[in-house]
Amino acid sequence: MKLWKSTIAAAALAAGLGIASAPGDAADPLKMAWVYVGPPGDGGWTYAHDQGRKAVEQKLGGKVQTSFVENVPEGADAERVIRDLAAKGNRAIFTTSFGYMEQTLKVAKTFPKVEFYHATGFKSAPNVTIYNSRMYEPAYLAGIIAGHVSKKGVLGFVASFPIPEVVRNIDAFTMGARSVNPKITTKVVWVSTWFDPSKERQAAETLIGQGADVLLQNTDSSAVLQTAQDKGVMAFGWDSDMTAYAPKAHLASCIEIWGGYYTKVAEAMLAGKPLKSTVWGGIKDGMNDLVSVNASVPDAAKKMVAAKKADIVAGKWAVFQGPIVGQDGKVIVPEGKSLSDQEIDSIKWYVEGVEGQLPK
Amino acid sequence: MIRLRLVPRAQPSRAMLFVAPLLAIALTLLVGLLVFAWLGQNPLRAFRVFFVDPVSDMSGVSELFLKASPLCLIALGLAIGFRASIWNIGAEGQMYMGGIFATGLAIAFHDRGGAWLLPAMILAGAIGGMLWASITAALRAHFHANEILVSLMLTYVADYVVKYLVFGPWQDPQANNFPITVQFSDNALFPLLAQWGWEAFEGTRLNASVLITLAAIPLAWIFMERSFLGFQLLVSGLAPAAARYAGFAEKRMVWLALLVSGGAAGLAGVSEVAGPIGQLNDRWQPLYGFTAIIVAALGRLNAIGIALASLLMALLYLGGEAVQITLQLPKALSQVFQGLLLMFLLGCDVLVNYRIGRVPAAAL
Repeated sequence: MKLWKSTIAAAALAAGLGIASAPGDAADPLKMAWVYVGPPGDGGWTYAHDQGRKAVEQKLGGKVQTSFVENVPEGADAERVIRDLAAKGNRAIFTTSFGYMEQTLKVAKTFPKVEFYHATGFKSAPNVTIYNSRMYEPAYLAGIIAGHVSKKGVLGFVASFPIPEVVRNIDAFTMGARSVNPKITTKVVWVSTWFDPSKERQAAETLIGQGADVLLQNTDSSAVLQTAQDKGVMAFGWDSDMTAYAPKAHLASCIEIWGGYYTKVAEAMLAGKPLKSTVWGGIKDGMNDLVSVNASVPDAAKKMVAAKKADIVAGKWAVFQGPIVGQDGKVIVPEGKSLSDQEIDSIKWYVEGVEGQLPK
Repeated sequence: MIRLRLVPRAQPSRAMLFVAPLLAIALTLLVGLLVFAWLGQNPLRAFRVFFVDPVSDMSGVSELFLKASPLCLIALGLAIGFRASIWNIGAEGQMYMGGIFATGLAIAFHDRGGAWLLPAMILAGAIGGMLWASITAALRAHFHANEILVSLMLTYVADYVVKYLVFGPWQDPQANNFPITVQFSDNALFPLLAQWGWEAFEGTRLNASVLITLAAIPLAWIFMERSFLGFQLLVSGLAPAAARYAGFAEKRMVWLALLVSGGAAGLAGVSEVAGPIGQLNDRWQPLYGFTAIIVAALGRLNAIGIALASLLMALLYLGGEAVQITLQLPKALSQVFQGLLLMFLLGCDVLVNYRIGRVPAAAL
């Protein structure tokens, strides 16, 4: 019921601030709006973005006024919602799902003075900036823990869609695990959805049935983690800290942290110099992390995670640096080389240790 | 203890049959006021934001038409079948097929199409919807399969066909492996009404596909109310035995009902992919095919009623967005209102057809 209370509180706040004020007035707060693909109570992807929005409110208080629209379908409706938000005087609009890409671009054309920020897309425009998080970094760290904890040497991954973003997270997770135990393998089940707790649960059960004893998912709900707890295996949280959903099975959470970025965007706008450059942040930038490591995780794993994290932050080491061996045993990235951002953003191959074929 | 029961009315009031939806709407709005008050809002203000503000300017009205158009088109087709008691629940899947067929042409002639491309896509979309519905028709007419189950299941199949195409052969090679097709070229898109010099629609995204719906309303009315075929359908729905006695071929009715509703759903699919979306992608699941069932029921299986009901249903969607954008109330209010409306309508219908009576003491 937390969501309910906060919604009412937000409504009361909005009513108190007076919605109908004209935009552009110097004394008025900067209006910023978020478009969510799910409900803020999903405990995962949308929840993380909503935490980011709240962080902006907390940091900048009366200088900004935020609002959001939840459960916006990624079809014809999204354009209307984005347009309405722009017409209602919002100066910065965050569209937080890939499926809003074309709609965001269309609306941006007719509102050249509004800044649009699109998460996870690949098309930008003069007033459309894209931003994303290098979730493969915490995924690699999760792999290190999985490598230490797995007794059977079989990991399970519940995957959404075979796009580069998800494929590279599977790769990173597997490479992390194999840096500990080179014999470990990862089984993958594709669910073709970002948020469908019952499908995610089924996939988790399938993986556990095939012998996987540590699970990670690139979907938005906590269903995989909860299934792991029910079946007595271990798993991770994704997008948000999911400890509370299954404290026993929860090894750690790979979380997105949007608050810092959103606050930066707001501050830049208040200063009259909107941020326009593409942002693809990682642990170093404070945009994601591996948090809430379970006390049962062996110290060796914790130490190794801490060391790798320090290397990533210091820029000494990157997840996609050679040598990387592909599924067929051939070297994809030779020692001494590393992938460019553009290459990382178009990964369509599995590393050694991932089982099965990538859906085409 | 008093026991109550429903006693069928010998002669349900014909007037009440049409008053019932209005009563249901009135009750929904009344409860809506209570809901807003309970959410801590000034009910009248929230009411205005939900029901009036979304259509207070031309752009809002355009959005209303754009949202209502596919709902109306599909519901018109469904109503024709429902009158004959042929329950096509799979309009959603037939709509997907319409979208798929149209997309096939749009991709094949991406850079080479002329003015003929869009009309060809419209035709292909209608055929796509009809073909998909004809599977259900054939199984029902020739093997007595249950058309409700078959058409519903085929919706999921159609969804997987969309996914297969956008993940596979029709994926935009530039799309970084995302499951989307290319954005259609201008020849493959419905022109905006504003582009035709209709100045009232300047700056809106209302497109020419609404004209299909506008044309379909009188056509459906004539077919249902004034044509012999429409009469045959009605009779075979109300009194199958009488229809057989009169020599109306049942198989023909099944085919007709499903082809018409499938074709209409296919057209709605074209109006979406070649309209506001402009591509085929895996997220395209507007559920219009299911919502249209409510629209058809609310509109009393009557063409004019359906047109009005589709506008109301569209307004409920827009209103939910508006109260969230303006008042930060939950968008789920749309569903609350849709649910209330359907519940009150069904409740009113029961009372139109039955009266509440006491169970006689002797029966206890």
